[in-house]
Amino acid sequence: MPRRTDIDSVLVIGSGPIVIGQACEFDYSGTQACRVLREEGFRVVLVNSNPATIMTDPEFADATYVEPITPEYVEKVIEKERPNALLATLGGQTALNAAIALHDNGVLEKYGVELIGASVDAIQRGENRESFKQIVEKLGAETARSVICHTIDDVMGAAEQLGYPLVVRPSFTMGGVGSGMAYDEADLRRIAGAGLHASPTTEVLIEESILGWKEYELEVMRDKADNVVIICSIENVDPMGVHTGDSVTVAPAMTLTDREYQVMRDLAIGIIREVGVDTGGCNIQFAVNPEDGRLIVIEMNPRVSRSSALASKATGFPIAKIAAKVAIGYTLDEIPNDITRQTPASFEPTLDYVVVKVPRFAFEKFPAADARLTTHMKSVGEAMAIGRNYTEALQKALRSLEKPEARFSWAGQPASELEPLLEAIKTPQDGRLRIVMDAIRAGATPEQIFDATKIDPWFVDQLYLIHETALQVAAAPRMTPDVIKLAKRHGFSDLQLAEIRGLTEDVVRGVRQALGIRPVYKTVDTCAAEFKAETPYHYSSYDEETEVAPRDTPAVLILGSGPNRIGQGIEFDYSCVHASMALREAGYCTVMVNCNPETVSTDYDTSDRLYFEPLTCEDVLEIVYAELQAGPVAGVIVQLGGQTPLGLAQRLADAGVPIVGTSPEAIHLAEERGAFGKVLADAKLPAPKHGTAMSAEAAHEVAEEIGFPVLVRPSYVLGGRGMEIVYSSAELTAALDRLSAGSGSWEHPVLIDRFLDDAVEIDVDGLFDGEELFLGGVMEHIEEAGVHSGDSSCALPPITLGNADIENIRKSTEAIARGVGVRGLLNVQYALAGDVLYVLEANPRASRTVPFVSKATATPLAKAAARVMLGASIAALREEGMLPATGDGGTLPPTTPIAVKEAVMPFNRFRTIDGSSVDTVLGPEMKSTGEVMGIDDTFGTAFAKSQAGASQPLPINGKVFVSVANRDKRHMIFPVKRLADLGFQIYATEGTADVLRRNGVEAVTVRKSSQGPGPNGEPTIVQMVQDGELNLIVNTPIGITQGGSPRIDGYEIRSAAVARNIPCITTVQGLAAAVQGIEAQRAGDIGVRSLQDWVPRIRGV
Amino acid sequence: MSQPALLVLEDGRSFAGTSYGATGSTFGEAVFTTGMTGYQETLTDPSYHRQIVTQTAPHIGNTGINDEDDESQKIWVAGYVVRDPARVPSNWRAKRSLDDQLKGQEIVGISGIDTRALTRHLRERGAMRAGISTEILDPAELLQKVLEQPPMVGADLASEVTTFEPYVVPAEGEKRFTVVALDLGIKTMTPKRMSERGIEVHVMPANTSLDEILAVNPDGIFMSNGPGDPETTEHPTTLLKELLQRGKPYFGICFGNQVFGRALGLGTFKLKYGHRGINQPVLDRATGKVEITAQNHGFAVDAPIDSVVETPYGTAEVSHVSLNDNVVEGLKLTGHDGRVLAFSVQYHPEAAAGPHDSAYLFDRFVELMEGRN
Repeated sequence: MPRRTDIDSVLVIGSGPIVIGQACEFDYSGTQACRVLREEGFRVVLVNSNPATIMTDPEFADATYVEPITPEYVEKVIEKERPNALLATLGGQTALNAAIALHDNGVLEKYGVELIGASVDAIQRGENRESFKQIVEKLGAETARSVICHTIDDVMGAAEQLGYPLVVRPSFTMGGVGSGMAYDEADLRRIAGAGLHASPTTEVLIEESILGWKEYELEVMRDKADNVVIICSIENVDPMGVHTGDSVTVAPAMTLTDREYQVMRDLAIGIIREVGVDTGGCNIQFAVNPEDGRLIVIEMNPRVSRSSALASKATGFPIAKIAAKVAIGYTLDEIPNDITRQTPASFEPTLDYVVVKVPRFAFEKFPAADARLTTHMKSVGEAMAIGRNYTEALQKALRSLEKPEARFSWAGQPASELEPLLEAIKTPQDGRLRIVMDAIRAGATPEQIFDATKIDPWFVDQLYLIHETALQVAAAPRMTPDVIKLAKRHGFSDLQLAEIRGLTEDVVRGVRQALGIRPVYKTVDTCAAEFKAETPYHYSSYDEETEVAPRDTPAVLILGSGPNRIGQGIEFDYSCVHASMALREAGYCTVMVNCNPETVSTDYDTSDRLYFEPLTCEDVLEIVYAELQAGPVAGVIVQLGGQTPLGLAQRLADAGVPIVGTSPEAIHLAEERGAFGKVLADAKLPAPKHGTAMSAEAAHEVAEEIGFPVLVRPSYVLGGRGMEIVYSSAELTAALDRLSAGSGSWEHPVLIDRFLDDAVEIDVDGLFDGEELFLGGVMEHIEEAGVHSGDSSCALPPITLGNADIENIRKSTEAIARGVGVRGLLNVQYALAGDVLYVLEANPRASRTVPFVSKATATPLAKAAARVMLGASIAALREEGMLPATGDGGTLPPTTPIAVKEAVMPFNRFRTIDGSSVDTVLGPEMKSTGEVMGIDDTFGTAFAKSQAGASQPLPINGKVFVSVANRDKRHMIFPVKRLADLGFQIYATEGTADVLRRNGVEAVTVRKSSQGPGPNGEPTIVQMVQDGELNLIVNTPIGITQGGSPRIDGYEIRSAAVARNIPCITTVQGLAAAVQGIEAQRAGDIGVRSLQDWVPRIRGV
Repeated sequence: MSQPALLVLEDGRSFAGTSYGATGSTFGEAVFTTGMTGYQETLTDPSYHRQIVTQTAPHIGNTGINDEDDESQKIWVAGYVVRDPARVPSNWRAKRSLDDQLKGQEIVGISGIDTRALTRHLRERGAMRAGISTEILDPAELLQKVLEQPPMVGADLASEVTTFEPYVVPAEGEKRFTVVALDLGIKTMTPKRMSERGIEVHVMPANTSLDEILAVNPDGIFMSNGPGDPETTEHPTTLLKELLQRGKPYFGICFGNQVFGRALGLGTFKLKYGHRGINQPVLDRATGKVEITAQNHGFAVDAPIDSVVETPYGTAEVSHVSLNDNVVEGLKLTGHDGRVLAFSVQYHPEAAAGPHDSAYLFDRFVELMEGRN
């Protein structure tokens, strides 16, 4: 059956900002879907508020709406575009929830839009616990015993029936939001209470505990002819009790007999049929009791999921792409498998390798957060590795995390006491496998490990195999070829071997290479070599035969950004993918290296060749070597993947690897404080007073000389890790302690800068070819300096800067680019204090804002940068049409719309150990996981859209609570007065209320939390927030919070606001912006407009 | 410590690895199978008789050996090639390790070699003779021995794997039919699938005579999978012709499909490297539906895909084809009234190991005997 001819246009809904539980895997799936639909001749209309995605590039859809994914905004898009069909199964839970809402409110029916991929009934059957349970029972299988509850009373009744411990699972939430394990009544009340709130249907499931059981997942695909295939089986190394997104997982399943696997397969097929997902993919999770094999079906997702992305990368079967094809009418046997090209998609991939995924966490950013792993997902990213066996894949995956403490190490003596280690591994936590290995080193038996962790004995034995191999390496009289080969076969890195042997990594590498021991590169081919693979999707293994094909075209290697983390995410993948597209078009053979399974860059379609490999020096050097054997290599790009590849630049260059673009020496010039200071001095550019220190004593001296407040931070970090604003000598002592983790010394110097209070912060992305500067975009931060640029919202074009400011910025940026020796992208951060433009820092690489700037200015900056790095001039790119013929991001015409970028925070994902929310105050350390863009004619409207996109829509009326620090009181009067004029009721704590009243604004005084409820039961502000009485909260912090021990009264208010999802503004500048947004919303209907429609306005034609 | 072992192919390519299972020397046809689960069923599948089987899945032995999943009385593979054998089995049904099982049954194997390189070699050059040895570690010397072995083409192996004595697998529940199953290398699960459907299965040796079959008064005839070259199947082919002549409903699997083809006057040929795995897509041409099937065959029926063949017993046509390479995966014989008289498939609906998508074929056999089709 060919594709449907009764529909012409399809609306695709993306997943919005990157949040925990919903990351760039949906950019990958959505991009594939858009590509497929356009190839098939449909008009594709896309809604996605996330500018950092590839899918929102104007070339992937006919009409790209970077607008909030809310029923209201999507309806406006539908009204305008009149699509025939809506595909919502590829945009995660966000898209699915939006589609359901549009069905429920009658919009889909009103405009005659057909939901394709999965019907509303199927979605509800799959996601509604009760109906799903009935389906499973009908198929003769079991679900965990459970009770559906809609009130806390129901929940308590269920607990009596089932007994503790209990699992709480809210309905219709993503990433397990609100779910958790309750061991007693207090736990249960807290978790179930939050869960009822988190569920859009106020529904939670209370379920018997199957903690410690083996956990599996199957990825299933079905077409309209009822052909069903299983794409992949995945087994969790961490048994039940840890969210699959937080578990170490393995594909294919390792510990199932065929009989057991086939029972699961039959059930999965039965379930997808009964649920009625008739054209698309879904995943189904199972638990197996290791004692007797009792099988329980846990849940299904009637849509493409994070696991689907993993399964696609793990098998080479592009689930989202095929799901889009079956959604538009094809049957699986009509779709070719594009890896083999000779076989159809109606087959089940078979693997001759092992895939391991490991999660990456960011608890260091939220020190107060409870770091125990539960059924509520907390990881911010993941790395995947492929090896020819489990040990190789596991060790590669662990080093892909780029956290030295994650990998196994045999340095030093084993721990003398085993008991604490055995105790520690009972609790699932970040890095548990490392602790298990330490316990093995300390003499634990396999039985002890199993008893403490319930990790399957086969996986436990594999850890012993790794350990025994390490012991063999240690015991060998010499590093013989046999010993090295054995260790390499089990995934040991040169660094690990060096540690074991007491050598340096370079020496081990030298010996190994001299002995001719190098990895070979195998191919992911979906069929275990049964058919010839046409797609060069490679992974390394210390095996015999390599499959890298020779080539004549010069290759460019692009190093990706590794696992997503806070501060380094999808934005960098965007730049890498763009570089690949541009250089492919320019005639190079593009070779992508990355280890993040969620990304577009690791789609085998993106580049000419894909190496799914860790981004360590060793792994990259070997790929370079393999590609040099295959043909000419024009160079390696390290500038686009964020700090990960940048950190490798010098070592790669030292090893003779040709780095293109900005040289490692130039990178050093920008990163190293002293050298950069000289660049600024030569160009006569002012910087805030600063200094560096290698000791606490020196740090105090520097700080005294500069004068408080100062900004303290380590060098060579991204995302402001460890950065603090310090107001006094005592605070400095505490900050330095945190930086050195108590040791009093640092690997790299500590940077100390004068902190500019009240300055306007400006972010610039530019492109420099050695001659000409192309000012990509100038962004004005809405928050004052001091909030990390990744966390602050910003506007482009800048809303309050004059032409003279822009010219000043242009001159400064050009001077820095020239002084540093940039070839390619450059990001500079400035602070405008009074009339002085201070240079805060310069980064000679693609920045987080490149995709935002590219979209806001309709200029493909990353593509142009890639070309510049390979030698093209800006003049040539202007001529070619890649860059505008004249002008740049600093000379945008007055018709240019305002684009506002807003950061999205993960605060609602974390709880402190006692179960309350973590603080939401912004500071110099980046905490956001993603971003959205609002774009419209005026700042107010664009800001309102950005807030709606970030799931913090501004109210248009209601009650506002205001409580600000003394230094902010002056600045808040006008905006608050405006809110009162607009009809908002103002509530304030005593001090703030007094100031407001003196300025003619009536404010109701509310009791502080510390005052407790009043004599007549007057609630405190925290109670009011908890009761959902307020519509907007303005609370600027007094002083700062650090180390997770908040010292300020506002903390409880802000965390209650997070729990109730009430917009909470923590800066005065943010308040002013919000007022403009509220006014815009009240002024009437806010329209929607596609990026393609904005282009003439941006170009000024 | 581990003992070295060597694998040599008849074209001279060799792989040095480590001994797995028993020590000694063994010879056979080198083939690969791509199933990720079900090594216990694979090892005990008589169709692998005289073959050195390479598992493309790297980890083998993880779930050990249990007492339920054997597909026959013993391990049939001539030699076993794996990359990473398990050191400890882990499964609640496991009774012993695969390593011990291989040693106990004196199966010589090799581990630690680049099984993907071997698979790619066999894919490009075709299945070929091979030897594994822990005694002869000189490739030239072992190659000499390999070249002395008989090739698979022309090998009549049914007599080596068939049961010596007939036996009966009783019907589960109420008995509805009697079927004679000619054992050309039958797997345990096959009669079980029939008995589950009320069939009493009389499993008989490959050399059973027509009279002996008729003496049971069967409602239907079944021929199983099995090893060897179908061109050598003189006796079963003759037998089947007689039975078709008598209008006996027939169902054949794998080798039984090839025998059926030959009885209908069609040819058979050796595939370059065969189909061995549990992920093989097959199109049912009547319904347009795809089933994911378990396969294990090195030979195939040569039949026109888009036309029918008139035979003395009725009209024959290709009912199923492989979606990977268009190889004939099923045959159907219909009478003048359009009724199906007999059918067979090249793959394994009993599915052990493998998916259960094709179990409906046993129901179809029941319908055939009921005269309902």
